[in-house]
Amino acid sequence: MKLTMRGKNAVAGYLFIAPFVLGFLAFMAYPLYQNIRMAFSTVTVDFANDEFSMAWAGLENIRRALLVDPDFTQYLVEELIAMGLLVLPVLIFSLFIAVLLNRAFPGRGFVRAVFFLPVILASGVLVGIETNNSLLSLVSEQIQNQNAMRANVTGVIESILVAEFGAGVADRFIEYIMAVVNQIYTIAMASGIQIVIFLAGLQTINPSIYEASSIEGATGWENFWKITFPMISPMILVVVIYSIVDFMSRTDGEIMGMIDIVVNRWREFGFGSAIAMIYFTVIAAVLAIVGFLISKLVYYYD
Amino acid sequence: MIKRTYWQRNTATDGYLLRRDVSRVLGNFLMVVLLFGLCFLILQPLLHQLSNTFMSRDDLFDPTVIAIPRYPTTEHFRLGLELMYYWQSLWRTLAITFSMSLLQISACTLVAYGFARFNFPGKRFWFVCVMITILIPPHILRSAMFINFRFFEFFGFIPLFTGGSVNLLDTLQGYTLLSATAMGLRNGLYIFILRQYFRNMPKELEEAAWVDGCGKLRTFAQIMLPDAVPVLMSCFLFAFVWQWTDGFYAGMFLRSFGMMAEQMAGLGDYFASWYVVSIGAAEGGLMLAPIALVEVMVSVGVLLGIAPLILVYLFAQRYFVESIGQSGIKM
Repeated sequence: MKLTMRGKNAVAGYLFIAPFVLGFLAFMAYPLYQNIRMAFSTVTVDFANDEFSMAWAGLENIRRALLVDPDFTQYLVEELIAMGLLVLPVLIFSLFIAVLLNRAFPGRGFVRAVFFLPVILASGVLVGIETNNSLLSLVSEQIQNQNAMRANVTGVIESILVAEFGAGVADRFIEYIMAVVNQIYTIAMASGIQIVIFLAGLQTINPSIYEASSIEGATGWENFWKITFPMISPMILVVVIYSIVDFMSRTDGEIMGMIDIVVNRWREFGFGSAIAMIYFTVIAAVLAIVGFLISKLVYYYD
Repeated sequence: MIKRTYWQRNTATDGYLLRRDVSRVLGNFLMVVLLFGLCFLILQPLLHQLSNTFMSRDDLFDPTVIAIPRYPTTEHFRLGLELMYYWQSLWRTLAITFSMSLLQISACTLVAYGFARFNFPGKRFWFVCVMITILIPPHILRSAMFINFRFFEFFGFIPLFTGGSVNLLDTLQGYTLLSATAMGLRNGLYIFILRQYFRNMPKELEEAAWVDGCGKLRTFAQIMLPDAVPVLMSCFLFAFVWQWTDGFYAGMFLRSFGMMAEQMAGLGDYFASWYVVSIGAAEGGLMLAPIALVEVMVSVGVLLGIAPLILVYLFAQRYFVESIGQSGIKM
């Protein structure tokens, strides 16, 4: 059979992506399908005879996760709140740092290297290693309580501000800001890649646009909101999605820890799959909503 | 032209000059304070751990010793090296991580090139699949992956030959399979970055090669690859570093290999049990290790474990930071 040029191209293309097609089918699509099936089944595993079997259980596992299990729904809500508390500050922080780093100043290379260091230091087992230890995890709560009780600068400022403005919306707002301020280390550790994405985006903006607007008398502040911000808005979408995915796949997350225990210790594969499925659905919904909202604001220059 | 002093020029501009210069100096000063303060914030825990690990027991329990130990000791490091089987683990981890990263990046490069340069039916669909692998972390499929690899059948092919499923858990073969099919840790991201890179290369190069009668594979290997070495290097370094600290795949496939990730995460526990057996028993009865000492040993584990990565980072920092810039990520 003689192939046309287009046909040859297609065959060559499929040969090049063949590893991925195989890998995706065997190690992503199939586990995903099985995960969904297991979420609706009772799974019994017989390690001695190398056998496992599934029996249809309907919504039993889902019901158990949502209505019976005392921890799961609480963890889910806590994770979502923690995500909201982290993603927005990470976005603002990384954009701010990237704008600062985009200027030339002595020591810029060093500062950039340090801000990127968390990409290595906050990955894999290094996340939460201090409390993963069995002995330390016993006392970790106590250590945290102790730290909370110790008078610190932000605590004092918070109580002054709350006393000043009283209860209501301002109170909530101050609480949120203070929670963010107290989290600054976590935020810095979670923004390594994001800073670099923004930096890359900033460097693609044509400097002559700034030049023209400065000649017209625009201030730096106006330049930022009228030029930098719209030009960088596609990166904002990337950064928000990356941050959410990164947050949900943290190994020290409460739900991740729960899945680990349910699967690796209790060996309850059906229940574990159900938790994973619910968690994933919730995150996918969040991603879809956030992605939709932000993509409305994104401006494409070319 | 008459030379005017700064003040004269300042009054001529209604004080604009002075205001501009003062705000410029103040702004720069604030920026330096802020940036270096934040740098310190990121580095501080590392420095704290470093100083703590050189403190002897007396220093640890002495509240007047804060950063610089009075009686410095390397005793903790020596104990850590011993309890972690450090050198043995280091060489193994280096060999496994290096070869797996190489395999992953080779597979990812092929796939990325296929996506960047060929048109074939279903291309969009498969690229959406790449995005799916980026968006769904494997950790979430933990239970299905466990079953899948414990009773590995590959869609029923394997039982045809062996009569039953294969257990791929805790074997290097399992992870080799994943790496060779571009499904290792964050491989979707590397495919994405490399595809973006290949797409931005000029098409004329390949057309010229084709006109001269060069085959597709040869064009890829001899024309495209040499130019892509920096971005390949970046992806390789990312793969290497993330592989090194990864506990998920290491726990699933490489548990019996004593990978560095497991060793450094476990050092605190190793130390606690070692303490009970050797020191607690000597002092009579059941004695638990003091919390401060366990904390120090955890720090030792972290520092020893990431030392090779820090070395790599010091020399190859450029590759890490620039790769993402080169790829021009956009959605």
